[in-house]
Amino acid sequence: MRLALGPVGYHWNNDQLLAFYNDIAEAPVDIVYLGETVCSKRRSLGWMQWLEIGRMLKDRGKEIVLSTLTVVEAESELSQIERVCSNGEFLVEANDAAAVHMLMENGLPFVAGASLNVYNERTLAQLRDLGLFRWIPPLEISGAALATMIRMLGSDHLETELFTLGRMPLAYSARCFTARAHGYTRDHCHFICGRYPSGMAVETQEGQPFLTLNGLQTQSARIVNLLPYWREAAHAGVGILRISPDASNTPALLHRARVALDRGNIPEVADLIGAPECDGYWLEQAGIITSSAPCV
Amino acid sequence: MDLVAPAGSPGSLKAALEAGADAVYLGLRDATNARNFPGLNFAPAQLHEVVETAKRFQAQIYVAINTYARAGKWADWKAAVDQAAEANVSALIAADLAVLGYASRTYPDLRLHLSVQASATNWRALRLYRDLFNIRRAVLPRVLSLTQIARLAEHDVVPLEVFGFGSLCIMAEGRCLLSSYACGHSPNNYGACSPAESVAWIPTPGGLETRVAGILIDRFAPEEAAGYPTICKGRFRVENRIRHVFEEPTSLNTLDILPKLAALGIEAIKLEGRQRSPAYIAQVVRTWRAALDACQRDPVHFVPESAWVQALGKLSEGQQTTLGAYARVWR
Repeated sequence: MRLALGPVGYHWNNDQLLAFYNDIAEAPVDIVYLGETVCSKRRSLGWMQWLEIGRMLKDRGKEIVLSTLTVVEAESELSQIERVCSNGEFLVEANDAAAVHMLMENGLPFVAGASLNVYNERTLAQLRDLGLFRWIPPLEISGAALATMIRMLGSDHLETELFTLGRMPLAYSARCFTARAHGYTRDHCHFICGRYPSGMAVETQEGQPFLTLNGLQTQSARIVNLLPYWREAAHAGVGILRISPDASNTPALLHRARVALDRGNIPEVADLIGAPECDGYWLEQAGIITSSAPCV
Repeated sequence: MDLVAPAGSPGSLKAALEAGADAVYLGLRDATNARNFPGLNFAPAQLHEVVETAKRFQAQIYVAINTYARAGKWADWKAAVDQAAEANVSALIAADLAVLGYASRTYPDLRLHLSVQASATNWRALRLYRDLFNIRRAVLPRVLSLTQIARLAEHDVVPLEVFGFGSLCIMAEGRCLLSSYACGHSPNNYGACSPAESVAWIPTPGGLETRVAGILIDRFAPEEAAGYPTICKGRFRVENRIRHVFEEPTSLNTLDILPKLAALGIEAIKLEGRQRSPAYIAQVVRTWRAALDACQRDPVHFVPESAWVQALGKLSEGQQTTLGAYARVWR
C-alpha cells in the first residue's frame, strides 16, 4: 500500500509552505501532490517555487503530481491550469473538465481528482480511454460501490487512490465564505483565509461542530479516517491512501501510518488528529456519521 | 431567447405550456433526475403523451437524466435514455460521461444538452463535452458572473442556456456534497438536496427548528417565515456570531439583465422549480413570457414592469430575489 499526500488546501504563507515541504522531504510518503487547488488568488508560492519544491521532493524519491484548480472560471485561471498541464516535467491531477481537455489534447496521462464525479464504472472506463491512469473516487462513494466499479472494470492500467484522512472538501462556490464571514467580498478579501491555517469552524446553533470554511471551499468539520478499513480497501483494489495536509502533525501521521501499514496493523492516529472523526460515506451512510472501528 | 420551464407533474406541464413556455423539461420517476422527490415526475409510459401534448403547443420536451449513474446500476440510467429516445423527446439534459457517451453513440440524432450538474464553468470544459459527445447546448452553473458569461459566449463553443428564476444554488452544481454529509443523500448520488424524509420541523419554546437528519439547520422566531432547510441557507455559528454563513433564503431573478443576456446571444432562459405547483408554474411562466416578449420587441427600452417584479417577488424564497453571482459583488 502506497501513501500519498494531497495538495495543501489552505492558504498558508510562503514560509509555512516551505517549512512544511522540507519536513515532508523526510517523511515516508510515496506520492506528493503540489499546487493551489482552491483559489486562484492565493499565490504564496510562485510557479518556479512550486517546480523547485517538486524537484527537491523528487530527488528524495517521491513521485510528484501537480494538481489543478477545481473551479475554473476566468481566462487567467485557464492560463494557470494550461501552464500546469503543459509543464513537461511532472504528472498532473485534473480537478476540472478543462484540465482533462488540455491533457487529452496533449496526449498526456492524468490523475482524475475527486471533483471529477466518477461515480460509475462506465464513466471511469471513458476517462481511462482519454488517458486516466489513476483516480480519486468522489468522497461520497461507499466502499462497496468502489469495489463494484473496480471489479466490473478490471484493475489493468488503473490505480485507485482513496481519500483516507483529512477534512473532506464537500462543496465549491464562486463566493468566498471566509471573506463573507468578515464582511468582505472575494475581490477585496484581504487574503483573510490566511488567518485560518486549518480553516474556519462552523457550528450549529446548539454548538455541534459541523463544517469548515476554506475560502470558496466548504469542508467537513470532522476528519474522515478510513485507515481502519485499509485492508478492505486494498482488497477492493485501492493501492494508494491519500492523507490530506493539515497545519499540525501531518509528517508524524505519515510516519505512524507507514510503520503500522508495514506491520500489517491499523494505524492508531486519534491523538494526532485531535478532532472528531467520521467514516459514514465509506459505509454508505451520511458522511458525518462515525461508526465504531471494525473488529481487527 | 427560448423560455425553458420546469414540470414535475401533468398539471404543471399543462400550466407551463398554456402560459407560453417554448420548452418544458422534466424527469422520470427515479434517481436518474435531480429532483427525485416523492409524488413528482413522470412514468416512462407517460412520455409519449407528454410529447404529443407539447406538440399541440408547438413546444419541445427535454428530459433531464442529470444525476450520476450509480456503480453497478447502469441499467437504470440506460433505460431512462432509451425511454426518452423512444418517446422522441427533443433533447436530453445530462451530466454524467456515461450517460452522455451512451446517448451520443446510440442515438446520434438525439440532441444532448449539458446539464448544470456537470459544472462546466469555462470554454475548455465545454469543448471537452462538445468534442466527445457533440452537445448542442450547455446550461451554465449559477456561479458565473455576467462578464464571465459574456466571455464564454464569445468563445461560441456551444449555444448557452442560463438560469432566469427560481431557487439559487450557491455552490457549483454537481460539486456540492453538503446534503449527503448530513443525511446520506445528495443531488449527485440520489437526485435530491435535503430530501423531505430527512427533514424535521420541530416547534420548541425557543421557536421553530428545522433539522436535517437531526442536525440543527435553523431556528425561527415566531414572526419569522421558516425556510426549507437546505444547508447552504441555514444559520450557523462562526466565531461566536450566528448568521447565514453561506446565503440568505432568497431566489434568483435575472429580469433586470434580460437585454444583456439577449445581446450576448444566450439561446435559452431556464426557470427552476420542478417541485413547484401548477399554480406557481403558471404564474412564473406567464410573467417570464411577457418579459421575454417585451425584451424581444424593444430590448433598448426594456424595463421590468412592476407587476412582473411583484409577482415574482411573492413567489420567491423569503420574498427576496437576487442577481446572485451574475453580479460580481455577490462573490
